[in-house]
Amino acid sequence: MAPAHRPAPPPPAAHEPAGPLLTMTGITKSFPGVRALDGVDLDVVAGEVHCLLGQNGAGKSTLIKVLAGAHQPDGGTIRWRGETVSLKSPIAAMRLGIATIYQELDLVEHMSVAENVFLGHERATGGFIRTGEARERTAELLARLGHPEIDPGTLVGRLSAAGQQIASMARALSHDVRLIVMDEPSAALDPDEVDNLFRIVAALTASGVAVVYISHRLEEIRRIGDRVTVLKDGRTAARGLDAHATPTRDIVALMTGRDVEYVFPERRAATVHQAANGLLAPVLSVEGLAREGEFGPVDFRLRPGEILGLAGLVGSGRSEILETVYGARRPTAGRVLVDGRPLRPGSVTAAVRAGLGLAPEERKSQALLLLESVSRNVSLSSLPHFARAGWLNRPAERAGTLAATRGLSLRPDDPDRPVRTLSGGNQQKAVLARWLLRGCRVLLLDEPTRGVDVGARAELYALIRRLADDGVAVLLVSSEVPEVLGLADRVLVLREGRVVHEGEAAALDEHRVLDLVMSDGPGPVPVPASGRPATDKASATDKTSATRKTSAPEDTSAPTPRGDRP
Amino acid sequence: MNTSEGHALPAEAGSAPPGPAVPTAKDNRHARARRRPDVRNLSLLGVLAALVLVGALTKPEQFLSVQNLQLVLTQASVIGVVTVGVTFVIIGGGIDLSVGAMVALATVWATTVATQQYGLGGILLCSLLVALGCGLVNGLLVSFGGMVPFIATLAMLASARGLALQISQGGTQVVSVEPVLALGRRDAYLFGIPPIVLVFAVVTAAGWLLLNRTTFGRRTVAVGGNPEAARLAGIDVRRQRLLLYLLSGLCCGIAALLLIVLTGSGQNTNGNLYELDAIAAAIIGGTLLSGGRGTITGSVLGVLVFTTITNLFALNNLETAVQQIAKGAIIVAAVLVQKGRKS
Repeated sequence: MAPAHRPAPPPPAAHEPAGPLLTMTGITKSFPGVRALDGVDLDVVAGEVHCLLGQNGAGKSTLIKVLAGAHQPDGGTIRWRGETVSLKSPIAAMRLGIATIYQELDLVEHMSVAENVFLGHERATGGFIRTGEARERTAELLARLGHPEIDPGTLVGRLSAAGQQIASMARALSHDVRLIVMDEPSAALDPDEVDNLFRIVAALTASGVAVVYISHRLEEIRRIGDRVTVLKDGRTAARGLDAHATPTRDIVALMTGRDVEYVFPERRAATVHQAANGLLAPVLSVEGLAREGEFGPVDFRLRPGEILGLAGLVGSGRSEILETVYGARRPTAGRVLVDGRPLRPGSVTAAVRAGLGLAPEERKSQALLLLESVSRNVSLSSLPHFARAGWLNRPAERAGTLAATRGLSLRPDDPDRPVRTLSGGNQQKAVLARWLLRGCRVLLLDEPTRGVDVGARAELYALIRRLADDGVAVLLVSSEVPEVLGLADRVLVLREGRVVHEGEAAALDEHRVLDLVMSDGPGPVPVPASGRPATDKASATDKTSATRKTSAPEDTSAPTPRGDRP
Repeated sequence: MNTSEGHALPAEAGSAPPGPAVPTAKDNRHARARRRPDVRNLSLLGVLAALVLVGALTKPEQFLSVQNLQLVLTQASVIGVVTVGVTFVIIGGGIDLSVGAMVALATVWATTVATQQYGLGGILLCSLLVALGCGLVNGLLVSFGGMVPFIATLAMLASARGLALQISQGGTQVVSVEPVLALGRRDAYLFGIPPIVLVFAVVTAAGWLLLNRTTFGRRTVAVGGNPEAARLAGIDVRRQRLLLYLLSGLCCGIAALLLIVLTGSGQNTNGNLYELDAIAAAIIGGTLLSGGRGTITGSVLGVLVFTTITNLFALNNLETAVQQIAKGAIIVAAVLVQKGRKS
């Protein structure tokens, strides 16, 4: 772990006391089966933009929920302006002056902007809301945010995503706020809206308010950040880094360097070879598949025994592509073929019948019947196989599900146990067993190891590889780059709904992929190309590939003065 | 394959730790409760036993008489059949507010002079078809019209009652078909059991089998418990919802027939507030209003509890007002007990 070097606090805002505004030390938080935060430190001083970086699952969301009072930490201390505090509820955090703008905006769509802004702290006399005052105050706040054109009386549901975000910020500012947490505020914004956002952030910090800014886009952090804290696997990997001077390479290394090395099973060379040379007919072909506003035309083929990985950030269209292939979303263009026969678009039933199976991202809400037993969850997609004229043969069902769960060594070995009492890894096995039992030929895996602890991961990886070796074609989506690279045979790298790179997993490394998915437009590092012409399919958008080839991957100690963005 | 706890792992699986899935005492308790879901109905059975005890103590000779038992069961039958259908709809994540109105419309339509011309068969077919038709409309509105079940079936409640009034002109349509009337008479009883009660028993048994032994039942639980998971598992959620409202309609058609036999007539005020009685019985029987869990046994016990209370109050000459208060208290108590057990 890099020693936390503490730079001098940025230019002090006039009236603020010296010393940190917020100091979080050793914050821990566990959820059933997962340690989300494992000792996180964060310190924020007044008037700065403090950037929080980390891969998915690094603990950013949990940390800001602790900060917002929405989660209670299991351990650690929070000091606010020098005093130890406990943030028992969102209201307690709000009273101290901590406001959070979530990525999923938490506004009431059917209420007006003004009503939303003053929700929970309405201006009222004897229970009657002083509507006029609320509107005036809201209009002032909107003007301060650079959007005087938004009418405080408009229903929030009618505003654009950017407008809703402005409303959310107006709500934060309607309190006496000293710290605003923004969770990927730019994700849903157009470039000029992002410029306005940055103006707002600059104005806020100039008035002494601190901003904790979460973004995946490094160039934004360069533009507006003062200091950076990097989270990795629930721990603070580095804190108080200079947002401008720290080389990109170092930040990426901090985000990706791991204490725990994942163990990946060996690829079976023969399958890869056969697949690569087209000796096996593709079982799944995706042709020009697109959904307006989500992802552009995507083409790929998947052969039996092959694992194809989709790598990309949140919002890059990974899960959307998977769900569209599966028929859970209806494509606006293109088609999906299984064994050369097109699937009826937008029909999950047709996809399942053709031999597709999905292990969705949100296991609990999208895959499992939490009140039901393991056995009933596993047999859900295969009920007709165990029934004659709708009448279930329960001994056969039980034997079938037991064989499937034992084949995946699901523990505990008790098919009658409620599925909700299982650990994350075993719940995932229950979902896999469902498709195994069904005899599925194309397995779509969306974040298969989310919420699964480290030990169980290796086991899942081995299982997935074994399924592939048995001839199942696997389409894997993961926000964890090492997982995609370690498990997949081939990788598609996605950025904002487009494929920016396609190639063999063995030829890529984590830094390279992160560069591909994070850099905007032309390559961020103006190092002369090493002369290797880009030969990849997606070379048109892959200008960085050749240049990044040469950078040393593991060296994190010596920040060499390399070309970073100005 | 090894059947013991520490069964053989595949070679690749290595020695991953068992993780946090080590069973705790609490989990085991849950596991046992799941294995025998009818255990949850034991408390309701206790309530029923207590009510019988109260009856036996306060009015020994009247309450325990054969006639009274026949009466209680007959009274439970009509609402009981309706409740079986409603239980399915609720387990499937929906609600059906139109059951009372469907019963009313079916009794009225099946007892018009025109229908009575065709005798027993005409009445039977008409009652079932009318209620099935209403159920079909409910199902189509919910599944394919994307309407909220509460609204769609509320609309059906209003229109079906209106249509029943339109057809009957507010009058009582007396049945003159002899075979129908004969079914309601004492000499049609089989070993002392009224045919109406037998139908109720058959519907209950069929409902239990349908829920617990068929793919339809499994899909109902899946669609109600987690519609998104059901959809992504390849289940046709819309079709399943449509079938559930059809089933509820079918049950209302059967209930309407029972009511015609019982009263020898059809009128538009039949089945008043059945929707609330049926939902209440399902709820105290342990059905989750949000769907995904419920039992036919529990619902039927719920119906029997309510009917027994009504009977006890009548025998003891207590006002209906008191009786309604008692019903309300039982609903609250049953739900609180279930909540307490869950946490």
